[in-house]
Amino acid sequence: MATLEMAPPAEKTASTSKTATLRIWRGDVNGGKFADYVTPVSEGMVVLDAVHRVQAEQANDLAVRWNCKAGKCGSCSAEINGKPSLMCMTQLSHLPLEQPVILEPMRAFPSIKDLVTDVSWNFKVKKRIKPFQPRPPDAPDGTWRMSQGDVDRVQEFRKCIECFLCQDVCHILRDHQMHDEFIGPRFLVHVAGLEMHPLDTADRLKELKEAHGVGLCNITKCCTKVCPEHIKITDNAIIPLKERVVDEFYDPVLRVLRVLGLRGKS
Amino acid sequence: MAEGGMSLPVIRQFGETTRRDSWWLQPVVVFLGFSAFIVYATWAAFQAKYYTYGPYLSPFYSPELFGPSEHSWFGPQPSWWPGWLPFSPAFFILWAPGGFRFTCYYYRGAYYKAFWADPPACAVGEPRKSYWGERGFPLVFQNVHRFFLYVALLFLVLLAHDVYKALWFKDEATGVVSFGVGVGTLVLAVNVVLLSGYAMGCHSLRHLVGGGLDQLAGRPARRRAYDCVSCLNRGHMLWAWCSLLGVAFSDLYVRLCAMGVWSDWRII
Repeated sequence: MATLEMAPPAEKTASTSKTATLRIWRGDVNGGKFADYVTPVSEGMVVLDAVHRVQAEQANDLAVRWNCKAGKCGSCSAEINGKPSLMCMTQLSHLPLEQPVILEPMRAFPSIKDLVTDVSWNFKVKKRIKPFQPRPPDAPDGTWRMSQGDVDRVQEFRKCIECFLCQDVCHILRDHQMHDEFIGPRFLVHVAGLEMHPLDTADRLKELKEAHGVGLCNITKCCTKVCPEHIKITDNAIIPLKERVVDEFYDPVLRVLRVLGLRGKS
Repeated sequence: MAEGGMSLPVIRQFGETTRRDSWWLQPVVVFLGFSAFIVYATWAAFQAKYYTYGPYLSPFYSPELFGPSEHSWFGPQPSWWPGWLPFSPAFFILWAPGGFRFTCYYYRGAYYKAFWADPPACAVGEPRKSYWGERGFPLVFQNVHRFFLYVALLFLVLLAHDVYKALWFKDEATGVVSFGVGVGTLVLAVNVVLLSGYAMGCHSLRHLVGGGLDQLAGRPARRRAYDCVSCLNRGHMLWAWCSLLGVAFSDLYVRLCAMGVWSDWRII
């Protein structure tokens, strides 16, 4: 049929013939350099698609970590034109393709190879956080009762996919490399999810102030800006934790009330 | 070198980044905006004149504890005020809203970036290697924010009372006081609304009314209060800027009316 043999529309032809230059960091823990790869782009492509194309056609040894390609596994974290982002969720059409697209590994963690970093420090940090300690069950069958409204607040923190972009952009880890003194926004979110849980009974405020370093955060909100799950990290997790630490350690009025027995421990 | 001997990437120099957007624009706007306000507010506080016009009182001078105007609570300049020190009614009160804004969580994040480049912007290299955050002197004192909040809430009541007073105009010829609404009344009223939106969305207030509790079930009043403060808190940055502009404009409006540059238009 004549209608089926028609050439594709002009604008579609134009979009498939577009190219992008990916300027990708190639190297390992000992150093490296940027290498440029020109690759065709088509409508709907994300950065990870283009990286895979480069890997398949031009650089078979290019290391890139990925898994779900749906913004849910948190594996393909990198820095795209200087901004910590998920490669699978960054549309090429949203980037200025007249310039090379700069792709780097996350800078807050040691490099393994190319775009892959060693994020194992995060898993060690998580083990240092006091785990969930629920109160005794509310019912004889060993179950608890919670109000949906109380659960909603901590539910936001459960959306975290552990991409560690917030850790990467946090200047305390990235620029000051204070990994020994600060657990980072990801784990402050984790602590908030435990500390504000309606069933939890553990007290983490001393650790928050000292070992976890919540006082180091100076509220730049960079973590909130890069979160692919749109968790309000600063407003809903970090600042409420800071306020709880103020209750416990910096509010002289509450301290007097506690001494007088007019207020229980936070 | 961090925990476990990690080999982290080389720290970037001041301003070094691979960001391609205009990352410098926001800190520059914040720097200019805050600087302009600080310069204007300081200048206005030192003027010690043109801060009332009819029933209007500039928010920079309210409450007027000591001063020459009819709004003064305790009379004119106190005798114990040192002669070598310039006197202004604003000196008695500006520390409170100033302290509230200085220790505000939004402003802190904004001026650390714009004035101290700590960091200049997200994912942009910093000028200094050392960092103490807010856990040591002097920034540990940022934790007094809640006490400035308590004073700020009192100021809202006083400024609302100023709006009420701005509804009653005195006829200079007859001395008769009558109800009225001028543009100045509306300016002062909008100022109170903006300041309320800012103060009532404060992170410390959010904590105070319910955020500090793990369970709000069974406490409907606190749940409602927490939800309302949270709602305002989501736009805290916008409220902070609008109220900053609002309070400066209110002072400017009263000042220009008092100087005879502007005429206050009576609506009712």
